[in-house]
Amino acid sequence: MACIEARGLRKEFGTTIALDGIEMRVEEGRILGLIGPNGAGKTTALNAILGLLPYQGELQVLGRDPWTQRDQLMRDVSFIADVAVLPRWIKVWQVLDYVAGVHPRFDRAKAESFLAKTTIGYARRVRDLSKGMVAQLHLALVMAIDARLLVLDEPTLGLDILFRKQFYDSLLNDYYDRSRTIIVTTHQVEEIQHVITDLMFINRGRVVLSYSMEEIESRFLELMVHPDQVDAARALKPIDERQVIDGSILMFEGADRQQVATLGEARTPGIADLFVAVIANQDKQAQGAAR
Amino acid sequence: MSSQSNVMPESTLRAQGIAAAPFPAARLMYWSVRRELWENRAIYVAPAGVACVFLFGFSISILHLLVEMRAAPWLDVMQQRELFGQPYEFAEDLIMGTALLVGLFYSVDALYGERRDRSILFWKSLPVSDLITVLSKAAVPIVVLPLLAFAITVLTQWMMLLLSSAVLLGSGQNVAILWSRVGIFHRWPMLLFHFLCIHGLWQSPIYAWLLLISVWARRVPILWAALPPLTIGIVEKVAFNTTYFGSLIGNRFTGGSEGIAIMERGRAMDPMMLFAPLNFLINPGLWIGLAVTAAFLATAVRLRRGRGPI
Repeated sequence: MACIEARGLRKEFGTTIALDGIEMRVEEGRILGLIGPNGAGKTTALNAILGLLPYQGELQVLGRDPWTQRDQLMRDVSFIADVAVLPRWIKVWQVLDYVAGVHPRFDRAKAESFLAKTTIGYARRVRDLSKGMVAQLHLALVMAIDARLLVLDEPTLGLDILFRKQFYDSLLNDYYDRSRTIIVTTHQVEEIQHVITDLMFINRGRVVLSYSMEEIESRFLELMVHPDQVDAARALKPIDERQVIDGSILMFEGADRQQVATLGEARTPGIADLFVAVIANQDKQAQGAAR
Repeated sequence: MSSQSNVMPESTLRAQGIAAAPFPAARLMYWSVRRELWENRAIYVAPAGVACVFLFGFSISILHLLVEMRAAPWLDVMQQRELFGQPYEFAEDLIMGTALLVGLFYSVDALYGERRDRSILFWKSLPVSDLITVLSKAAVPIVVLPLLAFAITVLTQWMMLLLSSAVLLGSGQNVAILWSRVGIFHRWPMLLFHFLCIHGLWQSPIYAWLLLISVWARRVPILWAALPPLTIGIVEKVAFNTTYFGSLIGNRFTGGSEGIAIMERGRAMDPMMLFAPLNFLINPGLWIGLAVTAAFLATAVRLRRGRGPI
């Protein structure tokens, strides 16, 4: 059984189409990076998956319909939404008590051991904690829940670089065990490059790219070319080209690696560059079609 | 479900529910109500605070009591009851009024505040259904607050009695008249009934209406809650020169004729009061009110399902 299976997932807000027939299948045990420009429909898609929004089309999360079975689903799913959502009035011990009170899969001792590594005092209110501490608290709660699916929507937004690194480190080292599925969206794409196993780009409410990281490696190629080789390289139909100080970088999709490598220095592109290439191309085509 | 995850022994275990059966609804309800009390300390602080202030005022009034006690033996029983019983009735009314106000303000914010501060996203990330959430929030003004107010009233009246007895005894006077005439002990069962039935059940449509508005309104829920009834009342007055709607609403606040009668009889120690609960329970107004409450709450549950931060 797939962890998440969506077919023709649609969502409209008035006249705006937020999701335009999303097809996705996420197997258990994967870490999926969901990347897209602002307003691409990432959060809408995640909200549908979490049972926060009604939708059209088919959607199953862990074999359940999220919209009608949210409360049952939440026994197996945890999420951190894209904004700080811990209630500001609550005290640290209260939130521990409450989650232990309502969540059958919450391991309080585990949460306390995570908190022991921080400077968060149990008697403090969330409103008195710094932004980083609130994120640590929320992460400690979520990591102590033995969930099968964890959804993180911009979990590190507004945190400094140290916190962001710590966040992903503890996620990988202390939480992920190959039986859990994690979905993460972020604009800090380079941070999750080595965290994710699968990559999905969303633009204008559609999935425009969906591969495992292994597939990305074998499929996409970035070539650093000297100016005198550029024309030869262009003949191989790159999907993107950008200028750097001493030459050009061309990106190829499905090209013959050996043939391309004779023209310069070849390597696997970073997610950020791939994102720019794919999304920018798509937007150009869309504009062209509009004309 | 479990057969498919054969490569992952741990998730098989989880899927079979060995590690974690769902919690019973009563447990989720208990923690949800506790959560409300953590967030809204006014629920107990306000009635307790008012009781303390009242006790302070009462302890000053004991000085008058010393004077009045000398005249007491010449008064008849009814006058004695009025003399000694009145402050105790004041205490009841004051705490009841406070509980009503707290309940109104609590309800109109209960499902609005969580959207305004975005914490609804956190609450919804936990396995607590919208039904439990709405019911726990409705339970606060309908069950918790009346019980708390009753307990605080009883405690306050005890303190009043002990305080005045101590002062009287200290000044060498007899407290027998006072204890036999304040008439609070036998009134407590009636008071409990009043709190639970009038402040709980009879007024429940008011709280349910406010909860409905608080889950529906995108801004100023207090205005949305007050304006429609007000408008209907005024339009009715203009169109038909009647005030049925207004008295219908007023009736819900005061407890109606039946509710008032219960208190009056209780205070007057009328033997009829023994039958009052029965009269109250067969009153169609009670059941119509409860049906309206159920309808409002069911709508609130449905609405909350699609609600997010505002």
